[in-house]
Amino acid sequence: MTNSAVGSHNALYRNRRDGTFEDVAASLGVADVNHRATGVSMGAVWGDYDNDGYEDLFLYKWGRPELFHNDRGRGFTRVTERAHLPAWINANTAVWFDYDGDGWLDLFVGGYYPAELDLWNLAHTRIMPESFEYARNGGRNYLFRNGGDGTFEEVGEAVGLTTTRWTLAAATADVDRDGDPDLFVANDFGINELYLNEGGRRFREVGRAANVARTPKSGMNASFGDVLNRGEWALYVTNISEPGVLIHGNDLWVPAHDSGEVPSYRNLAGAMGVELAGFAFGAQFGDLNNDGWLDLFVTNGFVSGETRDSYWYDYSMVAGGHRNIIADARNWPAMRGRSLSGYQEDRVWLNDGAGRFRDVTVGAVNPHDGRAVAFADLWNRGVLDVVVAYQRGPLLVYKNTVTPKHGWIAFALEGTRSNRSAIGAEIRLYWAGMEQVQQVEGGNGFAAQNQRRAHFGLGQAAQVDSVVIRWPSGAVQTIASPAINTLHALVEPE
Amino acid sequence: MRYDRRLTAPLLISLILIGAHWSYGALRGYEAIALAVLSATATEFVLRRLLTGQQYQLASAYISGISIAILVRSPVLWPYALGGVLSIMSKYVLRVKGRHLWNPSNFGICALLFLAPFAVAPLSVQWGNDLWPMLVIWVVGLNAIWLVKRAHITGAYVASFFLFAFVRSLITGSAFVTEVAPITGPMYQLFALFMITDPKTTVSSRWGAVAVVCLVAFVEMLLRLAEVIYAPFYALFLVGPVALLVEMWWASRVKAGQPDTRAAPLLTPR
Repeated sequence: MTNSAVGSHNALYRNRRDGTFEDVAASLGVADVNHRATGVSMGAVWGDYDNDGYEDLFLYKWGRPELFHNDRGRGFTRVTERAHLPAWINANTAVWFDYDGDGWLDLFVGGYYPAELDLWNLAHTRIMPESFEYARNGGRNYLFRNGGDGTFEEVGEAVGLTTTRWTLAAATADVDRDGDPDLFVANDFGINELYLNEGGRRFREVGRAANVARTPKSGMNASFGDVLNRGEWALYVTNISEPGVLIHGNDLWVPAHDSGEVPSYRNLAGAMGVELAGFAFGAQFGDLNNDGWLDLFVTNGFVSGETRDSYWYDYSMVAGGHRNIIADARNWPAMRGRSLSGYQEDRVWLNDGAGRFRDVTVGAVNPHDGRAVAFADLWNRGVLDVVVAYQRGPLLVYKNTVTPKHGWIAFALEGTRSNRSAIGAEIRLYWAGMEQVQQVEGGNGFAAQNQRRAHFGLGQAAQVDSVVIRWPSGAVQTIASPAINTLHALVEPE
Repeated sequence: MRYDRRLTAPLLISLILIGAHWSYGALRGYEAIALAVLSATATEFVLRRLLTGQQYQLASAYISGISIAILVRSPVLWPYALGGVLSIMSKYVLRVKGRHLWNPSNFGICALLFLAPFAVAPLSVQWGNDLWPMLVIWVVGLNAIWLVKRAHITGAYVASFFLFAFVRSLITGSAFVTEVAPITGPMYQLFALFMITDPKTTVSSRWGAVAVVCLVAFVEMLLRLAEVIYAPFYALFLVGPVALLVEMWWASRVKAGQPDTRAAPLLTPR
């Protein structure tokens, strides 16, 4: 869990297996990383970049990114320079994935502010986006190709990642089903980007052709999930929705199966009831009630100020102006403790399996501003628990209670020919006449990463027909009738 | 065959619309444009036939529909249809002495903001915050209203806006350029060029129209000091009808040579 206040410490919570956690970040050497001179943390993603069987940690910051090598679980060694990572990126997202299929995890890092800016030592005040819907003066994006020897080569521009929008989130999935992972990038203040991976050699941006990048919004989150149990990837992107002021609406991009050169999508967020959440940040798909359909958790709220007076008036006054006005921070009135879409509650939407999500959010309006959401089975009970990180607020763990009448099955994968984390592996489950696809994630949502295991709810089904695993290497493994209510640990066949 | 000057404004607005969507993908989509225009023209067709028996005026309804399509932002489609219908209905339902009081598009947008703030936000940040769209809109728009002799209205409004922006900056402590920022955006340009100059909802005398838009700018300043986000729309919504009523009252006084004591025939469209 990362913090972004100067002088604050990050936390690494070790599960004590008794329902409690112990922060071991300091003792393992990954806590004290937020300083004025080196910047502050925005998030972190786990990936076994050297295939030694231990998950390493990449920390992205508005500042100097850090790569920590996991020393067989006993501690972490900072290997940033040895890995040839840059000295400064104002990054808001990172994703591990093996884009070139060589068995070594590569790393995508998305820039928000331009890398030239040191936010603690500004030479000028022209640091804001030049437009609130068409900005191109953000940070560039990076793709670090893993050399397999502990070093990385930055190949972003060489493979086609050339834009400088304000990237906030990214996720990967094989959307064109050609066997290699494609990349979706969610941008604030502009259109999003969908990059099709062309055999690990180049990325081709097809967002407009795919219909996911026609309208500029405020992309904050990128999560893939098979919400219709059709064995294909839908994509959830969160945006800003503030009644009467700015209503972008969240997007649920569902494959449209139009004939065309690239996959095409239709936005079903409104039709399925997941469009308006608030000033939305992190979101995750997962079967929260084990009924066999992926549900959705969205966390909301930007700034809950000392008062509930709104800053939206000032925002709208400046944001509609000419770029020379809005790009200069001096022209933005001080917030003076006011709120901007603050005091919003998170959303829990349960998928009814009939094309709608039902809002089952209960509880008071949350005084904290949500940022990251992650799902994990923290107690090994066969249910997904929810962890939510809040800006200037607590880290909340929601322990999930699910009816025992609903079964489940989970898979923990370990690659051999593929990257050892098995990131990018697709798991297709067939049961009760349905098909659902999940994958091993290398980072998704907003500044988040779910557990490695693929967790499937089964409803009241008594058995599973089969599971088909497509490993990142391309190897396909089929297991007939795997036992339900069981975590299956699978190693990629050599 | 002679060119009808009333077509100038709709043609220019259409060009702006096409340019904005072509260059920035700025609009909700073609289906939203179609819905707004169709709902406005259909309402015009039906109500004008039913309530007046006169030939319909599709140019006016087209302007209202297309203005709704430009100025309303919504992730769903129904506000575009509702906005088009409400805009035109206001012309036929809310009338005094045979004259409608509100600029139809202004009424439609304000009504949507009142009725459906959860689904609607007016245009505010689109079109790239760039220089050339601003110049195109100003040049094309000023030329259009110059031809129909309405440029003095826009000029008076813009001058008043700058003056009151200066006053606001003194009161709030914000930078002058911050207070001026809105008028450099497309929403204000469309408002200043095409909405406040609508001949049907502006007082007829030259200096009267100037005084009214100065008053609009003043009320807008008061609303802005109260941090009302869409102050210009609301200011016109409040000031416009009052100005027209005063003009009608004054005209009837002059005509009769004494105060008019007859009851106004409210809600009787012609």
